[in-house]
Amino acid sequence: MRVALFATCVNDAVLPRAAIATVRLLERLGVEVDFPEQQSCCGQPQFNTGYRLLTEPLVLRMARVFETYPYVVTPSGSCAAMVRDNYPRIGAKARAEDRGEELAEAAASLAPRVVELTEFLVDVLGVTDVGAHFPHRVTYHPSCHGLRVLGLGTRPLALLRAVKDLELLELPGAEECCGFGGTFAVKNPDVSAAMGADKVAAALSTGAQVLCGADNSCLLHLDGMVRRRHAPLRTVHLAEILAATETTPWRPGSPA
Amino acid sequence: MSSAYLGMPAFPQAAKAATQDARLRANLRRATHTIRDKRARAVGELDDWAALREAGRRIKDQTLRHLDVYLLQLEERVTSAGGTVHWAADAAEANRIVAELVRATGESEVVKVKSMATQEIGLNEALAEAGVTAYETDLAELIVQLGDDLPSHILVPAIHRNRGEIRDIFVERMARWGRPAPEGLTDRPADLAEAARLHLREKFLRAKVAVSGANFMIAETGTLVVVESEGNGRMCLTLPQTLISVVGIEKVLPTWQDLEVFLQFLPRSSTAERMNPYTTMWTGLGPGGAADGDGPRAFHLVLLDNGRTDTLADEIGRQVLRCIRCSACLNVCPVYERAGGHAYGSPYPGPIGAVLTPQLRGTGSEVDASLPFASSLCGACYEVCPVAIDIPEVLVHLREQVAAQPGHAAERAAMRAATWLFEHPAALAAAERTASATRALHPRTLPLGPAGAWTQARDLPRLPAEPFRTWWKRHRAEPPAAPQSTGTSQPPTTPQPPTTPESTP
Repeated sequence: MRVALFATCVNDAVLPRAAIATVRLLERLGVEVDFPEQQSCCGQPQFNTGYRLLTEPLVLRMARVFETYPYVVTPSGSCAAMVRDNYPRIGAKARAEDRGEELAEAAASLAPRVVELTEFLVDVLGVTDVGAHFPHRVTYHPSCHGLRVLGLGTRPLALLRAVKDLELLELPGAEECCGFGGTFAVKNPDVSAAMGADKVAAALSTGAQVLCGADNSCLLHLDGMVRRRHAPLRTVHLAEILAATETTPWRPGSPA
Repeated sequence: MSSAYLGMPAFPQAAKAATQDARLRANLRRATHTIRDKRARAVGELDDWAALREAGRRIKDQTLRHLDVYLLQLEERVTSAGGTVHWAADAAEANRIVAELVRATGESEVVKVKSMATQEIGLNEALAEAGVTAYETDLAELIVQLGDDLPSHILVPAIHRNRGEIRDIFVERMARWGRPAPEGLTDRPADLAEAARLHLREKFLRAKVAVSGANFMIAETGTLVVVESEGNGRMCLTLPQTLISVVGIEKVLPTWQDLEVFLQFLPRSSTAERMNPYTTMWTGLGPGGAADGDGPRAFHLVLLDNGRTDTLADEIGRQVLRCIRCSACLNVCPVYERAGGHAYGSPYPGPIGAVLTPQLRGTGSEVDASLPFASSLCGACYEVCPVAIDIPEVLVHLREQVAAQPGHAAERAAMRAATWLFEHPAALAAAERTASATRALHPRTLPLGPAGAWTQARDLPRLPAEPFRTWWKRHRAEPPAAPQSTGTSQPPTTPQPPTTPESTP
């Protein structure tokens, strides 16, 4: 099977380990992965801040870049939700404004083929045990868009439970938002930080060494808070845990 | 809207103070988590919740689509049952009508049933200017009124107060408004309730005029419905000689059968009760009219628009008119929990306030323009809303309106630059490589702008040695590794057909 990786702009520029891990994991599972290099960003920052028209060229770009792939796999619940939930809205608004069908058609073509990584693993490949090994104490934060918009449900936890030697600790108040929220983090910095501080405190209360998530934008915010307070916690994307094996273990630090 | 909210600061500034108020944070956290958990249990008891929610959404949408028809039917039925219907286009007109009606009775005081519509129009302040004192009789509204405070929650307006603070307010302030608090009042809930009961009782027995809102109005019979917990509403709706009800036009339901749906989920969503203790329903002056000697001898219904027709004209924004003011969205909102209700600068706080207030008042003032951004778009509000208002969708829709207003030049330029970069992947790749190559020089904090806001509480991210695209180029040149077998099952060897929107998980 040949699929496209939609790495997302955050993973591409700031946190490439999650995208690299996704490639390694999928290839280990026998999936042929392609990275169309004309991809960039789904446009979520623009759209959610109120700049819908500036999002439109990115909708068309995404549809064009991924046109020929049966699946577009992305290690981000939020970016998958942007395409599946908001691209059809952008198309419908353009249509209602008498600006043609192009955006609606682009959305209708792309949205059903975009899948978040855990959906692809559990629903398409039909695996929960991906042969991973991660001998650490882990707690999992289910980011809001994956949880509520995509309805990822127990998929991430089922994948984590099958990881060899991983001790999974339940995160209190797991379903509460971490406070990132895109530009919310800078438009309402005090409330965002208060939410993040509570999330970090909840994660520390579990005794976990690793705070795992399936959305690096949330982890970027939480990691910034963890490092500011020098807390004994590391934020790690789920893909990195699933990519780790006994022969190629996960290692902290920047990838070469 | 009420003059009490004029000149409020933008949400982020007001919220900043709230996040630093440890007592407020503790009060709100305890209260919202308690009611949140209870609501989840009360809703979990119903196996047809999803169907009820869909029925509620559909009934409201269909009613709003034919609102003119149902309002005229309501007016006709209320009038034929001996009531008088008044139409108020805005807050000023509604206040003028009510003040005039009270003046015509010759009275200088009214008792009030808890009502969001009268909070919205600032009726108490308008009546005070007309020389009429309005006494709030709902316990929490009483606490707010005695404390010269503002409500901070739709259902529990004094949620920001703990019982020690309430005791102090009663001891210090009750005497100014009527019967003083009993000697040696403690902060035991039963003692506080008894003090309020004694204080209010003399007002109920004395009052000649009552002002209420209504939770529902049933067009087919002209019946108004008030749902409450304390019984103060029942006293106000039955004892005084004149009853004036101020109700938003979106509160109409076509039939009694429609009401059945809402009476199932309103108490569960708001107070987490299976059924609310008091449900009062009245139709004009009743079958005997003014002569039967029971209940009010005059009934006036003031139908309030105040921005609702404009809201109805907005195809995405209109869904907020389905709101039944249950406040379930407030109790699950992580932003409300930390910012408190006062930061929203309106009697409608929380997620519903963030989408309702900017539509009713517009986005001209600083606080109103900031409300659509007072959310992380986490979606917890939409998940619990019994009438399925997609609050995140409306928030983003309103953000678009605000972003088009003057004062967003720098943000628009930054967004435009980002889109340009994302439209030119070669430039994007070059920018990423440059950023990574210079990463040793990047600070962990910055003083100004969005980066400054970020680094108030968080370190800036450390950039990688290289962006993903650079790694990919090298990786693609490597010979492929052999796939590894997995523990439970094998991936399919042939591609599956693309999923359809319906079957996409």
